[in-house]
Amino acid sequence: MIADFDYFAPKTVKEALSLLSQYREGAKMIAGGQSMLVVMKQGLLAPEYLIDIKGITALDYIKYDEGKGLRIGALTIHRDIEKSPLIQKHFGVLSEMERNLATVQTRNWGTIGGNLCHGDPAGDPAPVLIALKAKLKLASSGGERIVEMEDFSKDYLEVALKPDEMLTEIQVPAPPPHTGTAYQKLMVMKGDMGIVGAAVSITLKVGDGVCQDARIALGNCASTPLRAPKAEKRLIGEAVTDALLVEAGEVAAAEAAPPSDVHGSAEYRREMVKVFVKRVARLALERARAAS
Amino acid sequence: MKGEPKKLALTVNGKPYELTVKSNTLLVDVLRKELKLTGTKVGCLDSACGACTVHIDGKAVRSCSVLALQTNGRQVTTIEGVADGDQLHPIQEAMVEHGAIECGFCTPGMVMSAKALLDENPSPTREEVREAIQGNLCADEGYVKYIEAIEIAAEKMRGGQ
Repeated sequence: MIADFDYFAPKTVKEALSLLSQYREGAKMIAGGQSMLVVMKQGLLAPEYLIDIKGITALDYIKYDEGKGLRIGALTIHRDIEKSPLIQKHFGVLSEMERNLATVQTRNWGTIGGNLCHGDPAGDPAPVLIALKAKLKLASSGGERIVEMEDFSKDYLEVALKPDEMLTEIQVPAPPPHTGTAYQKLMVMKGDMGIVGAAVSITLKVGDGVCQDARIALGNCASTPLRAPKAEKRLIGEAVTDALLVEAGEVAAAEAAPPSDVHGSAEYRREMVKVFVKRVARLALERARAAS
Repeated sequence: MKGEPKKLALTVNGKPYELTVKSNTLLVDVLRKELKLTGTKVGCLDSACGACTVHIDGKAVRSCSVLALQTNGRQVTTIEGVADGDQLHPIQEAMVEHGAIECGFCTPGMVMSAKALLDENPSPTREEVREAIQGNLCADEGYVKYIEAIEIAAEKMRGGQ
């Protein structure tokens, strides 16, 4: 079962960071623990010190401002993001993503920050946040820094946090006008981890409807959530047609380096990347047009 | 000292408890082993089956996937806290009367997921009912009867017949 550890439950970010700077590599932070307890039960993770930040209520918030965009506290639970009227109104894709993230029980206790710090390349929030050009605020006793969501994941279950750092906030800029974003994943059962996932954001130029900007991010297609810049380039500057979406899917499939496992071979996943990039990009395009 | 027991103060089914638990203890083990509330079932112990679903501060959560110490200061409700003495909760009653219960192992978790839904949303759509119990596996595949029973209970709780 779970190995013994020393347990701390700080009530403030400052307290948490001070514990972290004291114990560093020996310590792990736990938020909802919906992913972390699984790997602790498996014995893959056995921290000496466990810093439980679930009770830091100051990191549980959702704020929106037209200029600044969206700010989500790292300890906001998935279910609150799913149900937030602010998010449903301004970032509907995040709410849609949450609806298929595991089960209600998991979403009721698990946090967005915990999900991102777990660094599972099959996780749902990361590809969507990459497509939305999100940034993460990391804090340590020495201060704060901002990293791009797309630079945060480093390898399977590894992220860019230094030993004395914690994630405190997810920042999503307000998208430019005429932008549409969508996310879907291949599931056997609702709530499954995606066998593959694709998030696409498309911004159209006013007037002629040419694709001005595109972001494509894939889930479970490499050791990290993966941006597909070559596929994005196929769309940017073009009047996007179905034929072009098929091409973008093919390019993305070539960029992917998916694993082979019981859920699907690498070959199958590449085929599914073609399907999902095309399908999700079409939906993003429809939404961008509807926003025009 | 590593693994040193810690104080845990929580409320379970309205009753306050002060316990001393090892830091690596799961909530489900406190409920079943310390408090002898064995109505909460252990199926997979791995966040997959939902049999151990309880409420923490009114929300359905899997008690195998929460450290007991994380519930310090919180309100936990288990299946034992659902009926009013001998009077079954309408959800329990509907499940019995409608024949939703087969072997019964998943039933406590189903009731807790259904109750969390109906406490928040008295008139759920079928899709919302399905979503609420999506994380509760029934080895007898008795999902349709459960869904219907929850809808019957919802109607009764709204004051219908």
